[in-house]
Amino acid sequence: MSRLAVPKTYKLYIGGKFVRSESGRVYEVSSRKGGFMANAAKASRKDARDAVVAARAAVSGWSGTTGYNRGQVLYRIAEILDGRRAQFVEEIAASEGVSASAAAAQVDEAIDLWVWYAGWADKYVQVAGNANAVSGPYFNISVPEPTGVVAVVAPQGSASLLGFVRAVAPVLVSGNAVVVIASEQAPLAALSLGEVLATSDVPAGVINVLSGSPAEIAPWLASHADVNALDLLGAGDLDWVDLQIAAAETLKRVLPPESGPDAGAASIDRITFFTETKTVWHTKGLL
Amino acid sequence: MTFLDYAPAPESASILNLKSEYGLFINGDFVPGKGESFTSISPATEQQITTVSCASEADVDTAVVAARRAYERTWSKLSGADRGKYLFRIARLVQERSRELAVAESLDNGKPIKESRDVDIPLVAAWFFYYAGWADKLDYAGLGPAPRSLGVAAQVIPWNFPLLMLAWKIAPALAAGNTVVLKPAETTPLTALLFAEILQQADLPPGVVNIITGAGATGSALVNHPDVNKVAFTGSTAVGREIARSTAGTAKKLTLELGGKGANIVFDDAPIDQAIEGIVNGIFFNQGQVCCAGSRLLVQESVHDEVVDRLKERLSTLRVGDPLDKNTDVGAINSASQLGRMRELSDIGEQEGATRWSPACTLPDKGFWFPPTVFTNVSTSHRIARDEIFGPVLSVLTFRTPAEAIAKANNTPYGLSAGIWTDKGSRILAVADKLRAGVVWANTFNKFDPASPFGGYKESGYGREGGRHGLAAYLAPAAVSSRGSSRSSSASSVKALRGGTK
Repeated sequence: MSRLAVPKTYKLYIGGKFVRSESGRVYEVSSRKGGFMANAAKASRKDARDAVVAARAAVSGWSGTTGYNRGQVLYRIAEILDGRRAQFVEEIAASEGVSASAAAAQVDEAIDLWVWYAGWADKYVQVAGNANAVSGPYFNISVPEPTGVVAVVAPQGSASLLGFVRAVAPVLVSGNAVVVIASEQAPLAALSLGEVLATSDVPAGVINVLSGSPAEIAPWLASHADVNALDLLGAGDLDWVDLQIAAAETLKRVLPPESGPDAGAASIDRITFFTETKTVWHTKGLL
Repeated sequence: MTFLDYAPAPESASILNLKSEYGLFINGDFVPGKGESFTSISPATEQQITTVSCASEADVDTAVVAARRAYERTWSKLSGADRGKYLFRIARLVQERSRELAVAESLDNGKPIKESRDVDIPLVAAWFFYYAGWADKLDYAGLGPAPRSLGVAAQVIPWNFPLLMLAWKIAPALAAGNTVVLKPAETTPLTALLFAEILQQADLPPGVVNIITGAGATGSALVNHPDVNKVAFTGSTAVGREIARSTAGTAKKLTLELGGKGANIVFDDAPIDQAIEGIVNGIFFNQGQVCCAGSRLLVQESVHDEVVDRLKERLSTLRVGDPLDKNTDVGAINSASQLGRMRELSDIGEQEGATRWSPACTLPDKGFWFPPTVFTNVSTSHRIARDEIFGPVLSVLTFRTPAEAIAKANNTPYGLSAGIWTDKGSRILAVADKLRAGVVWANTFNKFDPASPFGGYKESGYGREGGRHGLAAYLAPAAVSSRGSSRSSSASSVKALRGGTK
């Protein structure tokens, strides 16, 4: 007789804690074949706002760490994810209806992407910043700094884990904190990734994962005054222009949606877009 | 005569050879506009300087069509080296005609001639000279090999540094290979029109730069024109917000340089003499009509009284008056409406309980004038500590610890500039790290250079002007089509936009 499985309750990941939606709502997540997989939490406006509060509280600590430190934490995510490879392969194969080998390839690519971005944490400043030779007795330098709290709509289509990592990893490199809405139809890999993050020395609140309806939650994040930037990577099927218009109220930086297999592909641009260039002038003494 | 009295030493406006009427500069020629003409006045005397055309929506379209044609037929086919040569020519012509441009700027804007002569116009020439050299070196701009121009750039600039803002916009746009339609502010069109004559002298191909005059409606028609690929705006946060909304969903690449409420932080170990000069320069330069002005003075409590006393003493020596007089420190306010806003917010400052002070100074009868003003006993919730006054009005607040100074400095939706005054280098670097502002001046203030990126955090806008970063605002990485991406919001064109960020 086969052993009776112990299924997991999938919750939101906010402020380093796994919580149910304050609304008490759930929605049914099905496998590609239509079978019941889980009741995922259906995040509400209040959950989104709680996530922004948690993210804001995490910004100064996370952005205050050294690039070397952030790089190690991001690399640690890759290590822990690699250790849980089998779980993610199974979850992805079931929910996306792909073969085990295709699911494994996706997990491997996601792990390697964490490694790639981890390596940028102590380097992007050198590439995106520079000293400026001004015409006067001044030391003058421009450096990129994290923008702050970034709200992300993760890709909604296939590749539920890889799409999620493509959206989230680059935003974290410079020290931003993230509130991310996972794929509505296939949120389980993202929610399970929360468990990886929770055990990878990522400080609480740096990444907050919401499951539910992007159409319902995204407008509250787009108009939230304490969100500094908006990545609409996976918002192509939403009324994303309206989200961009709402974001204009506080002049949020907005990345528009992308589609196709290369949507959100690894790029330093995805790091630097969520940074601000600060230029510091300092007088030089006249000897 | 005391030692502070000076005989007047005015620059003569006779150096100017102005026309009584200016048309729109489209496709290399001045043409009449279809809108209702308006006059540009001197804010120091309220006397009319000249009459200027107003571009209607049809004129805007004509200008964009001219810019598109010049982009496709001429400018995008030119080598980078040749684009650079045109820009070098322009830089030289600006230098040659700098005295005339300085007089025109002070006449039209009201700023002291010593500022237009020593700051604005020299920086204009420097900006063109700097970006001229970039035109054939775009491979090194940080966007990978062979980056591409975007197409037609729509540029709308403010009245506080009329010709300098034009240079900030046009020089990088042309160096990167774009063509331009630029609208100067309605109260300060004069130097832009003289600049159009310089372009004729430089023999710049027709349509590469088009300068259209008008008010808000003209600017709105320009930035919302479907065939522009790039929008660059400097001005108020309210208008910037409107532009961000109206360009949402398009593939137009947008840079916004908006308002500010800069904190100038003075620690108790600061070199006080220099700090006083820096505070004055921070808020009374250009009558405080500067987006990056140090309009909030944060003084460490232990030196508050000394700093305020010495500041008042210094302000009593400032000479307010004729912008064309070489002795003038503080000139005229640009317009009646700006003056009204300064008066309104200053009155609110008094009503909310802050203490108002101005030096004794006689203001001319005609024109728009506002005396240098200092508010003490200001708290962070006061309107004069939160709203951008955009005038010669300083709000003084205090702090005890560096942490408090940082918290107060960052307590604003803006994030454009900040100043730090202390003799301790390690403190400067630590505080500079924590300030959420795009430009931080340590033991100096209001310094600008074409090699130095400038722009804001938060609601002060996005994108940078100046330096390599400023060039990137007008380029996209290779293999991204710029033409054809302006109208649609399809996935591919959106990608083109994304590829070009920062």
